Amino acid sequence: MESQNEKRVPAVSMRNITKTFGSVVANDHVGLDIYRGEILALLGENGSGKTTLMNMLSGLYYPDEGQIFIDGSEVSIPNPRVALGMGIGMVHQHFKLVDVLTATENIVLGLKDKGRLDLDAAAVKIRKICTDYGFDIDPHRKIYDMSVSEKQTVEIIKVLYRGADILILDEPTAVLTPQETTRLFDIIRNMKSDGKAIIIITHKLQEVMHVSDRVAVLRKGAYIGDLVTKNTSIQEMTDMMVGHKVNLNIDRPDPVSPSPRIVVKDLTVTDKDGLVKLDHVSFTANSGEILGIAGISGSGQKELLEAIAGLQTVDSGSIEYIEDNGSHDQLIGKDPLAISNLGVSLSFVPEDRLGMGLVGNMDITDNMMLRSFRNGKTVFTDRKAPRKLAGHVVKKLGVVTPDLSTPVRKLSGGNVQKILVGREIASTPTVLLSAYAVRGLDINSAYLIYDLMNQQKEAGVSIVYVGEDLDVLLALCDRIVVLCGGSCNGILDARTTTKEEVGLRMTTKKEPASVGGSDE
Amino acid sequence: MMTLIAWINRAIWFGTVIMFGSTGEIITERSGNLNLGVPGIMFLGGFASFAGAYYYENSTPDPSSAVIILIALICGILASTFGGLIYSFLTITLRANQNVTGLALTIFGSGIANFFGVQVLNGGTSVKAAFTHTVFSKPVPFLSKLGVFGDIFFSYGFMVYLAIILAVLTHLVISRTRIGLNLRAVGENPATADSVGISVSKYKYLATCIGASVTGLGGVYYVLDYGYGTWSSSSSIEGLGWLAVALVIFARWKPRNIIWGAYVFGIFFWFYNYAPALLNLTWPNTIVILTQMIPYVITILVLIYVSAKQKKDSLGPAALGLSYYREER
Repeated sequence: MESQNEKRVPAVSMRNITKTFGSVVANDHVGLDIYRGEILALLGENGSGKTTLMNMLSGLYYPDEGQIFIDGSEVSIPNPRVALGMGIGMVHQHFKLVDVLTATENIVLGLKDKGRLDLDAAAVKIRKICTDYGFDIDPHRKIYDMSVSEKQTVEIIKVLYRGADILILDEPTAVLTPQETTRLFDIIRNMKSDGKAIIIITHKLQEVMHVSDRVAVLRKGAYIGDLVTKNTSIQEMTDMMVGHKVNLNIDRPDPVSPSPRIVVKDLTVTDKDGLVKLDHVSFTANSGEILGIAGISGSGQKELLEAIAGLQTVDSGSIEYIEDNGSHDQLIGKDPLAISNLGVSLSFVPEDRLGMGLVGNMDITDNMMLRSFRNGKTVFTDRKAPRKLAGHVVKKLGVVTPDLSTPVRKLSGGNVQKILVGREIASTPTVLLSAYAVRGLDINSAYLIYDLMNQQKEAGVSIVYVGEDLDVLLALCDRIVVLCGGSCNGILDARTTTKEEVGLRMTTKKEPASVGGSDE
Repeated sequence: MMTLIAWINRAIWFGTVIMFGSTGEIITERSGNLNLGVPGIMFLGGFASFAGAYYYENSTPDPSSAVIILIALICGILASTFGGLIYSFLTITLRANQNVTGLALTIFGSGIANFFGVQVLNGGTSVKAAFTHTVFSKPVPFLSKLGVFGDIFFSYGFMVYLAIILAVLTHLVISRTRIGLNLRAVGENPATADSVGISVSKYKYLATCIGASVTGLGGVYYVLDYGYGTWSSSSSIEGLGWLAVALVIFARWKPRNIIWGAYVFGIFFWFYNYAPALLNLTWPNTIVILTQMIPYVITILVLIYVSAKQKKDSLGPAALGLSYYREER
């Protein structure tokens, strides 16, 4: 296989590709070859630059530096239309489909064919693609009547219909059940034997072993290397993916007399499509301790925190809050206000940063008031205390802002996060739930947040820290709960465990899954 | 019998005004633009066509029918397209709030029409373009003489039939052509349309301006036929404009429903005038306003029905009222 590849001209060859977003380097001189008749798995942690790299191939981004060759000749790909013209099609994680149109209408949308719109002829062509590769779809069904897996099928056919022979699938199995995944892999193998080049972006190692011919690994924007799948092991791939432990010099004081604060037992959550988001998760968060939550994105972190904060409907299980005097409170069934009155504070930094916790159009003082507007006895709100608090947070955390009356949305991401975390800490919580608190922050701001967490920990607060960077989780937390596909895949002591161990548990279930048959 | 025919005639005249208005508004809304400036655009179109026809009619001793139709339609279309262009620029290019912009356009349109109307009125309260009205209300030759049949179907001016043709044409374009498919995609999910290479701004601009010109024809018909070719200082265009907006919802954004829906609205709107004689009823005048409310009540009932059923394709374009930002991606 290897010697054959060396002789063949790659379908796609990317050389020295570099892309930066502001000060963040998403791809750093990455080189990658893709051959026809081959399934390549692009492997890497969250934020390792996999999707960015593929977005440049599909024309959504334009590289700052570097060259792209298609079948040996250099090309420039300014937009998705040009990419499709070269036979490159990408199926995104978030489907781009019009709900009220049928599968056929979605597939032919935007095509500039000559003559009248002949949907019947298009449906015939779609049926042929279906029989060729083993898809099963009714071309006349409307998208809103379809399951997630059917929608994905429409997206893939849409790309094939436009004549793509280099297919990029961005985390195609994230939304699929094990049975649907098996079906998809059969189809991908059919496309491979048809001579197409297929790239799967993923971080599920078992699937990589199962379906790919070759694995290319990215870590923190850099290309680490590639492996022939049949000659490698899950352990070797994990090591390449997570790298060696980096010493970050984050302080980690020992917990002072930890006692259970939140006890989660058998927590199960399913979303409205019936997908299991949390599967019998159990753990205990202690006071005076930072409990880390590790997991690839979408493993149930959001649902877990929201369940504790009372924002998520829970199917079964229990969440108990234990007060200092030893009395127990059941949090499930309580509304968010009652839970936050107990001292449980949620500072969730979502992907769009302002989605939860802060109001973009309001200024810093008003955002502080969102926590305190119920205080006071008169009908008029007390603005003095929040203004004082706002001034305090700005000064102490070094928030860069023209003044206190600047709308929060005009501030940079790091400053927004400082305001959110600063406000939550100021409400003297007993439990601090924080997700992605340092996402997008520069190194100094990140260390400031770590220091704040440690101060809270020493004050006896129970901190649940959902993080992305394994190095930080290992250096900051006392214990780490590893989530894998919604279930708890071990609780590790952060002082003794290794990065490889955490990485392996994030991507590989320790016990074979009860559904599906992908495990030997 | 005569009362019934008169009632139907009246309903069809009335329905034609809002049929133009709704057909135009459907074209606009299918692109995701909720243009609440329908009454304003009708004012602009109606006044411009009246002014053009009135001055032409009075400038020559022997006005020609063809020229007067041409002048009236061109003036009306230009003025209403101008209204659509203002709306497009504000909401598509500058991404202003669509509801606010639409309401402002309504106030602007009626203001402009009444301001220049003072020039035309020249001190009076109403002026009449008599010859223009004769041209616009001229029944279909021969066919209108066929007794009751002719009275019901062929006793109207040409614009009644133009309205039906435009509604059918709109239906065909939206449901059968590539342009229509692209337009629907823009109104439902502009990001998806953008990702397959459809120019969202181009479709929104064109749909809004073409839609406005069709809406404006409603104003033209209102002034030159329905209103007997008179321009007066007190006009009820605005009320009909809002009914056109309601009819779009009633028709669930499907042009083929507009055709019968407009006449049904007409029947109910004129219920107070003909029903008593026909049904031998006597009722106090105060009930008039109440019966004119029926079209709105039906619209609300339709809204309740489709909302309760949660049928996605009856609830209007999903991105209706939202500005489209491509974002940084």
